[in-house]
Amino acid sequence: MAQPPANPRNPPRFAIVAIVFAALLVAVAGVLLALAVRETPRGAAGTALANAIGGPFHLIDQNGKAVSDADLKGKWQLVFFGYTHCPDACPTALNEMALALEQLGEKRGEIEIVFITVDPDRDTPEVMKSYVQSFDAPIIALTGSPDAVAQAAKAYRVYYAKHPRADGDYDMDHSAVIYVMNPEGRFTATFTPDSTADAIAQRLQKLIS
Amino acid sequence: MVLKPLVIAGCLLISGAAAAQTGQVEIKDAWARATPGKAENGAAYLTIVTPAADKLVAVSSPAAKKTGLHTMTTEGGVMKMRPLDGLDVPANQPVTLKPGGIHIMLQGLNEPLQAGKSFPLTLTFEKAGERQVEVAIEKTGAMGPESHAGMRMPMPAHR
Repeated sequence: MAQPPANPRNPPRFAIVAIVFAALLVAVAGVLLALAVRETPRGAAGTALANAIGGPFHLIDQNGKAVSDADLKGKWQLVFFGYTHCPDACPTALNEMALALEQLGEKRGEIEIVFITVDPDRDTPEVMKSYVQSFDAPIIALTGSPDAVAQAAKAYRVYYAKHPRADGDYDMDHSAVIYVMNPEGRFTATFTPDSTADAIAQRLQKLIS
Repeated sequence: MVLKPLVIAGCLLISGAAAAQTGQVEIKDAWARATPGKAENGAAYLTIVTPAADKLVAVSSPAAKKTGLHTMTTEGGVMKMRPLDGLDVPANQPVTLKPGGIHIMLQGLNEPLQAGKSFPLTLTFEKAGERQVEVAIEKTGAMGPESHAGMRMPMPAHR
């Protein structure tokens, strides 16, 4: 395995192994998913993969209320991991999701957008609240302790890591995927974050009908 | 004749302005997205056209504590944002920065970017030197400059 460059901020070796393993899992899951989704018009729900993504988490929403995976059941969910210091891709993805839901008409109420931070150190509930208010759709914005966020990311096979910058600040690297979970909380499909609102809306129409 | 020198001066001014459009680096459609809530970072986008190959080596703005070129890539399903040292601009081939790729990162905004407002941005090119542009702030979800609001891709605004 390639040694990371010497850097006092690098995580210990076991963490790197875990991260690489997680990244591999995500890659494998992606391939399996592509196959599963292609063959089942209603998505991956019901396949073995559906059990591998999603699972218990306990986070806090933008109003300071505790939210678990169980609380989200009953509606379809678009689950996206990101962070508020991300100026480009994260607002794009959230906005396309919001626009997609607008296209769904009366089915709009059957879907929630769930934005989970991978940067709990900076993304407090207050920060998350002011951030998601700017989008044209209600968004459930979740954060929590670093451990709680790690647990949620693990459940969704999401990799994330701080990438330190020369100025002492940092950016986050993170898995770029939007998960579609069905009302039973089962993993059903994915979108890439650069999917257009039209593409998301069309696929959701098929899945929900 | 008093008029003649004025006419000549006027012609010179006009041709000078035309030269600025065609003979030098031109920055078009500079825009940014309104930042959501109190987000500390923002991103600006624009199109660069140059008659001679050049390199964008620095960006600065009074709108933020730090301004720099960033690239956003997705490797193996993982999104990564990294600083860029510079951006090569080939001759006569417009280079457009747009969401989901290279962007000008405004880091540590002095105040939130609000739709409808604008802020100055200075670009420094290796050969052409400095160019200042005014960056128009569009709504948070905008995918392109205002003159094409509703369209999916940023396009040249002036024809």
